[in-house]
Amino acid sequence: MAFELTPERLAIFQDLLPRYPTKRALTIPLLHLCQEQEGWVSPEVVEFVAKRLEISTADVQGVVTFYTLFQQKKTGRNVIWVCRTLSCELMGARGITHALEKKLGCHVGETTKDGEFTLLEAECLAACGQAPMLQLNDEYHENLTPEQLDGLLEGARRKRDERVKAGFSPVSIRSRKES
Amino acid sequence: MAAENPNILTKNYGVSESWKIENYERQGGYQSLRKALEMGPEKIRDEVKAANIRGRGGAGFPAGVKWSFLKPNPEKPTYIAVNADEGEPGTFKDRTLMEKDPHRCIEGFIIAAYALDVHTVFCYVRGELVLAIRRLEQAVREARAKGYLGETVLGRPFKLDIVIHPGAGAYICGEETSLLNSLEGLRGEPRLKPPFPAVVGAFGAPTIVNNLETLATVPSVIEFGGDSFSKMSRLHHLKDGGVRLYGVSGHVKRPGVYEAPVGITLNELIFDYAGGVRGDRKIKAIVPGGSSTPIVRPEDKVSAADEKHILHPWHGKSHLDVPMGVDTMRALGTMLGTCCAIVMDDTTSMVRVAENLMLFYAHESCGQCTPCREGCSWMARLCRKFAAGTATMNDLEVLNDVANNIMGNTICALGDGAAMPMLGILKLFRHEFEAAVREGRAPKEIAA
Ligand SMILES: Cc1cc2nc3c(=O)[nH]c(=O)nc-3n(C[C@H](O)[C@H](O)[C@H](O)COP(=O)(O)O)c2cc1C
Ligand code: FES
Repeated sequence: MAFELTPERLAIFQDLLPRYPTKRALTIPLLHLCQEQEGWVSPEVVEFVAKRLEISTADVQGVVTFYTLFQQKKTGRNVIWVCRTLSCELMGARGITHALEKKLGCHVGETTKDGEFTLLEAECLAACGQAPMLQLNDEYHENLTPEQLDGLLEGARRKRDERVKAGFSPVSIRSRKES
Repeated sequence: MAAENPNILTKNYGVSESWKIENYERQGGYQSLRKALEMGPEKIRDEVKAANIRGRGGAGFPAGVKWSFLKPNPEKPTYIAVNADEGEPGTFKDRTLMEKDPHRCIEGFIIAAYALDVHTVFCYVRGELVLAIRRLEQAVREARAKGYLGETVLGRPFKLDIVIHPGAGAYICGEETSLLNSLEGLRGEPRLKPPFPAVVGAFGAPTIVNNLETLATVPSVIEFGGDSFSKMSRLHHLKDGGVRLYGVSGHVKRPGVYEAPVGITLNELIFDYAGGVRGDRKIKAIVPGGSSTPIVRPEDKVSAADEKHILHPWHGKSHLDVPMGVDTMRALGTMLGTCCAIVMDDTTSMVRVAENLMLFYAHESCGQCTPCREGCSWMARLCRKFAAGTATMNDLEVLNDVANNIMGNTICALGDGAAMPMLGILKLFRHEFEAAVREGRAPKEIAA
């Protein structure tokens, strides 16, 4: 089935369009909007973006594969990125990752069997002074201890239903206004 | 010595809901813009030059001089591209400005745009920083509603738009020409220079690329005057002016972002600001300014007997007693970089540190230049071998060779940024790599 943006997201795109000198410059912003809605960058999303911006699907695909944040396959309903880079590892990031792998029963790069969580590692997330840290969907959780993880996962499960109902995939940059 | 806090860049950090425009205005916000509009573009540029702001993005180029290189093209508009891609490991300062004082950033962008006759500013923020993006977009909406930008700027016939552009997770997009390609909707691969962005930048048009903190400093330059602002630095005489944000992370008691004059020492940053090393342990090594800067050690002493040497005043002192400035750190054989230090205590395994960092560069190399693409993964694989205890003495030579063969052989500085810290660690901690070979193992954990 062809992909279409919701009217709300289409309006955000149309507001942005005249602010750039070329259509192509909207590749990343538009991919973000689509991914927010779809949860990943499906082949239909690539077609949609190419058509809207009047570029080839190969051009769009080239961008998708270059950037870490674009998911090329479906993720769990929640995505966890544990920062693995130096300041975080010095302060115990590996312990956090191992504890999560145990609790979730999956390894880094995998999704839990129930489709609830995808566990990933991230490179430095600009929170080095609050290490170790992780990003859960679009929120940072800093100064972590392994003891806090159960509460975090529980909170994510609880909030997931309202998020899914409102049509938000794990990372929503633009559609959700700042609270 | 007590930690000195100029409280200029961070003065609103403690204000409740500091990101809202009414609170920013109550703190005197947007008064610098009014003053700047009275001064006119040329005078603003003079003040920025006099302020001796060395670019806060890592390379330390003087902002005022960069602005003077801008070559307007009658056929094209002129742009400002703000670099808020903050991705250099250990660096977490720009994020605090965007989240806690987005209007200071916006005010800086408007003044810079007015000074350079720019009508569109693109602010490229790394995509992971969702809160920062939302706060900046909210700030743009508020500023527009109040007439600070839009069809006019405070009623003057000057049209201005500020576009907050999200990245999508790629360290390389912090490199200025890669950022421009990414902004244009391409893969974030760096461009050959020249032409420099000030001549051919975004969308083929002349573009000034500045770090976010560099521009967020501009309202204070206007408020205090360029010369007075520059003199707040301890290195004013070296044309390294003003105050700036310092970050400190790793094994310290109070990690965080601190504001201080340019030119405090690493010892001051670690002990006076960050409260010292955890458990009062000894410092083994420090990454002084983001992961691409070679490490320094407390036991190394400055050797600058020649009175003309820039480091002569600190001859015989520890490297940690040298003021942190662009030229002083370079003279020490490292770099000031992003001014965000990572502190490692004496329980740290430098083999594991190298492994961690080289994995980062292997992941982030854009793949365009062979020495960097192949070299970074090669260095990572070799570091893995040392960490696993399967490396040979010959691997040590290979590691050294690979690093040396990246240096200077790539389009952008990412490759050098990987090779320099690798060579630095090998030079100062070769014995840990040799021990890993001899004993057939390295410490299991990076640190206690
Ligand atoms: C690999 C690489 C990554 C970089 N990342 C950043 C970054 O995240 N933020 C930044 O401001 N500058 C970064 N820079 C430096 C920019 O290329 C450029 O020098 C800077 O944005 C110029 O602004 P300034 O003169 O105000 O410092 C990076 C450079 C390289 C080589
Ligand atoms: S190293 Fe983890 S946030 Fe920077």
